[in-house]
Amino acid sequence: MRPEVALPVIIPLLCGAVSLLFWRSRPMQRFIAVAGTLALLVVGLWLITSVSREGYVVIHMGSWQAPYGISLVADMLSAIMILLTGIIGLGLAIYSLASTSTQHEKFGFYPLMHLLLAGVAGAFLTGDIFNLYVWFEVMLVASFALLILGGEKAQMEGAIKYVTLNLLASVIFLTAIGLVYGMVGTLNMADIGQRLAEAENQGMVEVLAIMFMIAFGIKAAAFPLFFWLPASYHTPAVAVSALFAGLLTKVGVYSLFRVFTLMFDQTMPYVQDILLWGAAFTMVTGVLGAAAQYEFRRILSFHIVSQIGYMILGLALFTPLALAGGIFAVMHNIIVKTNLFLISGITNRLQGTYQLKKMGGLFKERPWLSVAFFLSAFSLAGIPPLSGFFAKFVIVRAGIEAEAYVVTAVALAVGLMTLYSMVKIWNEVFWKSLPEDNLVPESSTPSGDEGRLVKSSLGLMYLPVAILALFAVLIGVFAQPLMEMMLMAGEQLMDPQGYMDAVLGEERTVLLRDALEVSP
Amino acid sequence: MEPLMALAIGLLYATAIYMMLRRSIVKLVIGLMLLSNAANLLIFTSAGMTRGAPPLIPEGALAPAGQVADPLPQALVLTAIVIAFGVLAFAVVLIRRAYEIVKADDLDKMKDTDT
Amino acid sequence: MVKSGTIILNTAARLLMPLQLLFSVFLLLRGHDEPGGGFIAGLVAAGAFILYLFAFGVTATKEVLRMVDPRDLIGMGLLLGTLSILPAWFVGEPFFTAQWWEIPGIDFKASTPLIFDIGVYLAVLGTLLAVIMTLMEVDKDEP
Repeated sequence: MRPEVALPVIIPLLCGAVSLLFWRSRPMQRFIAVAGTLALLVVGLWLITSVSREGYVVIHMGSWQAPYGISLVADMLSAIMILLTGIIGLGLAIYSLASTSTQHEKFGFYPLMHLLLAGVAGAFLTGDIFNLYVWFEVMLVASFALLILGGEKAQMEGAIKYVTLNLLASVIFLTAIGLVYGMVGTLNMADIGQRLAEAENQGMVEVLAIMFMIAFGIKAAAFPLFFWLPASYHTPAVAVSALFAGLLTKVGVYSLFRVFTLMFDQTMPYVQDILLWGAAFTMVTGVLGAAAQYEFRRILSFHIVSQIGYMILGLALFTPLALAGGIFAVMHNIIVKTNLFLISGITNRLQGTYQLKKMGGLFKERPWLSVAFFLSAFSLAGIPPLSGFFAKFVIVRAGIEAEAYVVTAVALAVGLMTLYSMVKIWNEVFWKSLPEDNLVPESSTPSGDEGRLVKSSLGLMYLPVAILALFAVLIGVFAQPLMEMMLMAGEQLMDPQGYMDAVLGEERTVLLRDALEVSP
Repeated sequence: MEPLMALAIGLLYATAIYMMLRRSIVKLVIGLMLLSNAANLLIFTSAGMTRGAPPLIPEGALAPAGQVADPLPQALVLTAIVIAFGVLAFAVVLIRRAYEIVKADDLDKMKDTDT
Repeated sequence: MVKSGTIILNTAARLLMPLQLLFSVFLLLRGHDEPGGGFIAGLVAAGAFILYLFAFGVTATKEVLRMVDPRDLIGMGLLLGTLSILPAWFVGEPFFTAQWWEIPGIDFKASTPLIFDIGVYLAVLGTLLAVIMTLMEVDKDEP
């Protein structure tokens, strides 16, 4: 009995339910939001210590043995993602105490946030492909509702695109699950992995691999399937933007990592090229899209796309080092990108707009905020000794080792372009003096709800920003021990046998292998 | 039976995609509905369409007698239907609100957030 | 708006609603061994309220529901569903493992699946009512 594997899902669900019951009481909801995410963080720490001690932690829900029941499995990758979910959840909960308007709180911001976290955590932990679909949907439904909180025109337009494309991805995912079940008659991912490798019809396996790639590619916002992201992520309240930016696309990336190491590792050479070039184009289009923008959150949205490219590149190179680099990039990006969105919320609160042209002078006014932005932005661009540098360094090194020179060159060039966008924001928002027409309210600003907010203390908003900026530095300073964790995760991913043994039990896998060898 | 089902599923997918490519949001949602139904039918068919008794074990026995139907695809389809139902209920509310705000049932009028 | 005013619908709704609610409870309780269960029972119960809603409008239905908001139902349902996962933990089995308790005297077997089913029932009922009421209230705002 290992409660730490299931608790990251149960805690947010429970908090969501209780918080929904207390929908009349704002203070209670706010208290539950902070307490619940704090508990999630603590369980995340517990999980990661168990996993680094034992390698895999498995729990079979309802005592139904795998592959018949639903198993929750934590390997190093899952544990890292859960821990990050806890960190971001807590940061967001504190930030939203100050940033979320009363109106949004009344419409159920906190229950939805808990539900979203439950969906994210469930997706990271489940060992069952259909269960993964269910958690995806839980997450999506919560994100739909969060996206339209407030109900402004831009939000509706963004939401329609977001909903349509994500539903399309879900249906493709569901179709692929149906076909997999038709082929191998099981839903347990470890079991599927074993049986697909032995399947007669390898052509069909490749088709399935591509279907999963498209489904998760849409969710992860990879080229050429990312259009919904820059169209919608800048529209909702800023805490929601930050939550989405930190976690949602990463669930897609995580699923790509999981599915293409566990289920389809046999077909990798075929799929690898597509992933590799997809990654390169994702990086380039994202960063070029950002270069053309002059709206704070839109720039950041395009950079999400660009950073997804690095993560997928880690998967596409498919060496333990590259996978470790990819996971490092995920970790770095979750923290830094969330922080940049949080900072954009503060600047919006201070100057009432997201348009770079109308902002300015913040370096003089708020030097510490500038430092936090500076650290996050330059970490995103990959300047040593901040977190992004090591993510890029490892991936680039893995790329050179794998002799994928073109893509590696692209990755380096994109880093430079990222720097350009970040310097642009720095110059416009922090360095130049405030333009005189700033006091005129911008009617086309997507999220005018902040304007109606009471000018409550900014302290609660600064706290998570400061902590996350500190993380960006600390990840850089303690890159070595972290890298060892990532390498462990990468090696686990490269060797799916360990995962299968942990889920199915060693005897059973041996039995099955023998049975398959006897009956060709 | 399977070829017939395959035809029906293909037709559903085709209709759904045609609907989704229209400019009208209402038709877009109809397309999404058809799409999820097509996926459900596909799961049902691809898991094998066998005639069988309900997979219930009689009292005292350890295994069901005779051929039974596979209960799992039905459970999957049921779950998928429930999820699709929830999501579509949301989508209907969404287009309703979007229509009120944008005052048009036309995706081409919704380009504000594109770049 | 939607208040139809047809005497047949109004009378039928009044008579059918208690029957439907009763039937939904029947479905809920027989669900463990026979066809039925929380989801379908929740749908039937929601059907009862929605019929009433069509006949008498949102305000009247809210009066029937008294102080209970759909959000309370969803929250209660989610809470029961999640809580039913936990008892297995206290006896050292994996989450979700069904626990059965004999209640002495009345020969009734209480169990975590039953609690889970009641949770599903409430959540489905609450969700459906929330969705329909939102749609109807949007309707009402229009001239």
